[in-house]
Amino acid sequence: MTSKILLASAAALVLAAGAARADVTLGVASPFTGQNSSFGEQVKRGAEAAAAAVNAAGGINGEKLVLDLQDDACDPKQAVAAANKIVSANDAAVIGHFCSSSSIPASDVYAEAGVPQISPGSTNPKLTERGLTTVFRTCGRDDQQSAIAAAAIVSRKLGTKIAIVDDKSAYGKGIADGVRSALAAKGIQEALDDTTTQGDKDFSALISRLKAANVDFVFYGGYFSEAGLLVRQAREQGLKAIFMGGDGIAATEFASIAGPASDGVLMTFYPDPRDNPAAAPVIQAFRDQKFEPEGYTLYSYAAVTAFAEAVKRAGTVEGAKVAAELHKGSYKTVLGTIAFDAKGDPDTDPFIVYVWKAGKYVPLR
Amino acid sequence: MAYFLQQTINGLTLGSIYGLIALGYTMVYGIVGMINFAHGEIYMIGAFVSLIAFAVLGLFGITWAPLAIVLVLLIAIVFTGAFGWAVERIAYRPLRGSFHLAPLISAIGMSIFLQNYVQLLQGARLRTLPALVSGGVTLFRENDFEVRISTIQIAIILLASLLMAALTFLIEHTRLGRSQRACEQDMGMAGMIGINVDRTISLTFVIGAALAAGAGLMVTLYYGSVDFFIGFLAGVKAFTAAVLGGIGSIPGAMLGGILIGLVEAYWGGYVSGAYKDVSVFAVLILVLTVMPTGLLGKPHIQKV
Repeated sequence: MTSKILLASAAALVLAAGAARADVTLGVASPFTGQNSSFGEQVKRGAEAAAAAVNAAGGINGEKLVLDLQDDACDPKQAVAAANKIVSANDAAVIGHFCSSSSIPASDVYAEAGVPQISPGSTNPKLTERGLTTVFRTCGRDDQQSAIAAAAIVSRKLGTKIAIVDDKSAYGKGIADGVRSALAAKGIQEALDDTTTQGDKDFSALISRLKAANVDFVFYGGYFSEAGLLVRQAREQGLKAIFMGGDGIAATEFASIAGPASDGVLMTFYPDPRDNPAAAPVIQAFRDQKFEPEGYTLYSYAAVTAFAEAVKRAGTVEGAKVAAELHKGSYKTVLGTIAFDAKGDPDTDPFIVYVWKAGKYVPLR
Repeated sequence: MAYFLQQTINGLTLGSIYGLIALGYTMVYGIVGMINFAHGEIYMIGAFVSLIAFAVLGLFGITWAPLAIVLVLLIAIVFTGAFGWAVERIAYRPLRGSFHLAPLISAIGMSIFLQNYVQLLQGARLRTLPALVSGGVTLFRENDFEVRISTIQIAIILLASLLMAALTFLIEHTRLGRSQRACEQDMGMAGMIGINVDRTISLTFVIGAALAAGAGLMVTLYYGSVDFFIGFLAGVKAFTAAVLGGIGSIPGAMLGGILIGLVEAYWGGYVSGAYKDVSVFAVLILVLTVMPTGLLGKPHIQKV
């Protein structure tokens, strides 16, 4: 009898020891399939490289950092399912999601379970505006972005008859509404408002509408696949208006879809983190693997770095403590030094205006 | 007026594509009495085959647009036709004579299979093709608004009309067309007088797939981007077109396609782009409740 109890307690001890020495698992949730999968790829590449760097430097408090990839296909329902999987797998934290419409519903699941969430790309203000203490992001907010877009429209006199079009998604409508209200605050009323649907391919009816309204400037709130087709078809129909989009069109696919029509399209995006001299070795490592760390790659990288550092400082992987640690102090990342405010937003530089030229984007002079 | 004309051109272009896909639904329904829900996926495969064929021809240096388009059309018809044939052979023929819903369920399964097959093979990302045909003609101007038809829109309307004319000729004046009409009227009787029913049905699927391949090619040229999910929405809209025209009726499918394209363009142009797809599906519901036989369909009389 006693030997049985001994055996059982020995087995229990072994299990407990196993759990204590377990790796630190970090969930990564993003669209790895579907039409926004190029962004998912950026998030994945960034997180993988950052985790490899953490492990090469001895891991987190001696433990290895491993990633648990979950696909949300940028679909709110699938995002909640992915969030539940991450929570039930007891992951220490999550990097993600990418799309705002995924991050927001998923954040409730994480908050309830006390799992810190760091989004590398969800820019909708609502994400960090709901008083959740476990939500962070390394990217900027759409309200900053729309304010800068609106300021550029006015100060650079980009158009007199302005149309604002969005794709009804949390991100697209969010940024377009931001531009609408920022322009209204400057006393400018848009000439035309319209919406598209994600997955739309044909914009001919909308473009004829823009032409009939004699619009000379179009702001599009949405992602690159629709934006690329919209611009391409607009030029074919002879619409000469200037187009402008947000960070959702910051992918090289935008130029490959739109073709030569992408030349001259404006975009608000972060100052390129690739220009940060401190990030040079990391960027070189990406390029050695034949991957250009564009778009959100480095934002995802920075999210992993910040998480690993917060765990080191807190001395535990316990969600609430790591989250509390992330709110304090500042973190040295590839994006520069980041400090998260009480809402979980970073104090990084605001957006600037870029222009597309021959398949690449350069800052607008 | 100019604006109305521009939206009509947009609608006709879209409608020609829907019409071509709708023909596949209606021909199959006419003969075997089932809705081939995998047909939207056949169209998606046609678009992918076209995209790949353009890339391959590019490697061989064939980039002169008219030649490339004709070659790609032939390649797409052959490969997509093979898919159409295989789908019928694998998923529908063994179920012929089984209970009524079996082929329908099998079709839905086939549709899911084909979508995932292409996703695995080609990846989930959007594939793009640089514009081969560009430019257009300004028809006229009216107070600053220029009515414009792009070269590619002309090509789409022409190619669709050509394919539809070829199909009409095939149905009305060839031996195969006669067999198809015979099978449509009474499959058992047609078999008894020596028509190879299985072969006729197979060929119907191949022809439907060939027309879908034509639509896929046009979409690839028109939008320059293709992904594995395009078959769903296009398939449902073409199905709506077939129902509107009267399912089973070939001129009905063409007419229905054009009308659905116009509804979409006018709704997007005069109301708002927000519920463009909803407008199309509202037509579907309306037709099914008010006029289930469609515009040119024959009322189905149940003989006792």
